[in-house]
Amino acid sequence: MTALAWLIPSALALGLLGLAAFLWALKSGQFEDLDGAGWRAIQDDEDDGDLRADRRKPL
Amino acid sequence: MAEALRAHRGLASGRERSVTDPPPKPAAQALTLIVENMRCGACMAAIERALTRAGGVANARVNLSAKRVAICYDPEKTGPQELIGVLDRAGFRAAEAFDRPDESETRRADDLLRRLGIAGFAAANVMLLSVSVWAGVASDMDRSAADLFHWVSALIAMPAIAYAAQPFFRSAASALKSRRLNMDVPISLGITLATAMSLFQTMRGSEQVYFDAAITLTFFLLIGRFLDEQVRVRARGAAENLMGLKALSAIVIEPDGTARRVAARALAPGMRIQVATGERIPVDGRLLDGETEIEESLITGETLPRHAKAGDTVHAGTLNLTRPIVVEATAADESTLVAEIARLMQAAEQGRGRYIRLADRAARIYAPAVHVLGAATFIGWMVSGAGWEQALTYAIAVLIITCPCALALAVPAVQVAATSRLFAKGIIVKAADGLERLAETDTVVFDKTGTLTRGEPCLINAGAIGEETLSRAASLALASRHPYSRAIVNAARDRRLSVAPQASVMETPGSGLLAKTADGEERLGSGLWTGVAGSACPAEAPLWYCRPGHKPAGFRFEDALRSDARETVAALRAAGYDVELLSGDRAETVEAAARAAGIAGWRAGVRPEAKIARLQDLESHGRRVLMIGDGLNDAPALAAGHASLSPSTAADVSQNAADAVFQGEALAPVLEILAVAGAARRMALQNFAIALAYNAVSVPLAMAGHVTPLIAALAMSASSIAVTANALRLRSARLTLSAPEPNR
Repeated sequence: MTALAWLIPSALALGLLGLAAFLWALKSGQFEDLDGAGWRAIQDDEDDGDLRADRRKPL
Repeated sequence: MAEALRAHRGLASGRERSVTDPPPKPAAQALTLIVENMRCGACMAAIERALTRAGGVANARVNLSAKRVAICYDPEKTGPQELIGVLDRAGFRAAEAFDRPDESETRRADDLLRRLGIAGFAAANVMLLSVSVWAGVASDMDRSAADLFHWVSALIAMPAIAYAAQPFFRSAASALKSRRLNMDVPISLGITLATAMSLFQTMRGSEQVYFDAAITLTFFLLIGRFLDEQVRVRARGAAENLMGLKALSAIVIEPDGTARRVAARALAPGMRIQVATGERIPVDGRLLDGETEIEESLITGETLPRHAKAGDTVHAGTLNLTRPIVVEATAADESTLVAEIARLMQAAEQGRGRYIRLADRAARIYAPAVHVLGAATFIGWMVSGAGWEQALTYAIAVLIITCPCALALAVPAVQVAATSRLFAKGIIVKAADGLERLAETDTVVFDKTGTLTRGEPCLINAGAIGEETLSRAASLALASRHPYSRAIVNAARDRRLSVAPQASVMETPGSGLLAKTADGEERLGSGLWTGVAGSACPAEAPLWYCRPGHKPAGFRFEDALRSDARETVAALRAAGYDVELLSGDRAETVEAAARAAGIAGWRAGVRPEAKIARLQDLESHGRRVLMIGDGLNDAPALAAGHASLSPSTAADVSQNAADAVFQGEALAPVLEILAVAGAARRMALQNFAIALAYNAVSVPLAMAGHVTPLIAALAMSASSIAVTANALRLRSARLTLSAPEPNR
């Protein structure tokens, strides 16, 4: 019984973590272009140098 | 998309701050372009690179699924037309998207996805707890532990159901308000009763707790609802892109003589519009100035151009062939033809609204049956003295067991699989119930010009003309946009002859072409223009080529069939479809096309209202007609047919009226779409059969009170997964066109 006291909350917490990640992804528009997202991962961005430099700076 | 834009705007201002501090920030303008031919990641990168390198663009982000690119630009440095030009040079055909993709539908899909996520989380956790309880029955689980698990389930399931099941509650409420029954009524009733009863049983420490079944049911049904919405959003987006690409812009001549480019939709009666050679006329209007030839194949089905002079009426969508002209826009309803088409369309579309979808038809029988079974169980157990609590528990079990997963989950899954399969082949299904209606057709009626044929003349006696003559004639023809000229150039290129543009070619609209060379005058044109009239038989060929010292050569043309028209018609007939040809064209050309395509039944000179009458005649003989057409004159028939298809080269009105639009030169998509529609229908019926078989076994058990929460949850999940898995087979199944369904 004592094991349940932390097993159930931790199972729920992990589930909530996943749910929160899903809701965040949905909100930030990651499901808007499912075809494009796959391609973007394997794209060479040789001439995006300046863009990437900017991204590192706090906006 | 808006989120992304906002983020990018932040990025742009960040870059400026780092250069000069602080600059007067120009107001960034947002713009969405539709890019027709973007297919892969390479296109995506090329588009973004081309745009960001163009001056004045702060950011460009491609959405590959939507085939759109969101651009943030500085209006002082660049504009939409310049950016379209940039993409054009990079090899992409782009157009401005005036209509934002329907935000409300995208939002609704997002909203369903959010509810789906929450229902999924809750279902997984409640299931986890339930499995422990069920396992605990076998081992000796503590009564208090089981109670604890039930309470935790209640705490997870109840808020999740209250939030996630709202779409069903709302739909059920609106149905009840208008005194109808839809499938959402038993769903809502089942979910609500099961939850309330489970809470009551949890408080009493009983075992009859159905939280798991209630939340899993919500989860599965939401998947179905989401898929349904997805098909709708996708079809609408594709249709909007198609229309957006055809949206024209026009050069308007202001009263002070200056020219200005405006979008075609901003044109108003009274404006004077300049139309360059080779451009489509954007409005209905009167020709003010100039003399030209106008190709009206989209309006009348006639491939040969009409000669137009000042004062003549011209229609929107027709092609200006020979000379730049100025047109004064008139109100659309002044034109009798277009007004007539609109009136016929309106009348024809009313019939379409009466169609009831398969799932709804099934729901009409299913929903009352579920209620009757549930009520019968409750009353039966009450009468036999089981007590209200026991009777209600059994009734709830019946409601859960009869969950309409085959209707609410499997049918949308079949639709998604079918539409995405067709989409990959360039076929866009626009109407939500289009596939179902297509599957019911047994007669195919083709239009001729532009549908069965390519809608442009083809040289048929190229073999009888010497290579040198053809080559020289083609060099001359290169200067003209007349369909005959293009046919000669194409024929010469097909024979791999060199076609060099000839200098100083003059064109006289309605007559022909003339070039002065060292040897004398070369002429390509009508018999009268070339001077062969009277000598040789001029009726033998509509176009002649004359060169000093040589015998005149005659060119004969025919509107060629699409390359696979004959095979497609043969395949349709082999599968048992009746094929008919209805055309507004002359009898001899229609007969020739019908014979070439292998169609026995043809009618020529059919006006739009006569096409509708013929379709109605066929329907009154129990036929379900699939109309395939492209012209404006086909639009009423497209709306009147049981289902309709049009090629993507069709007039806007026709594409709007059609259930599906196919791309490319080949007619084979007609076979594919009929095969897929038929398969989708069979899958849906199979799923109903699976659901029926499962209900036949489990409902009597539930009514007899033998269904425990464990069996209810397992049976329901298993049936949902079975019907969905069956539906997804359509994605990769090898399909052949099968015989049309006999009409009921």
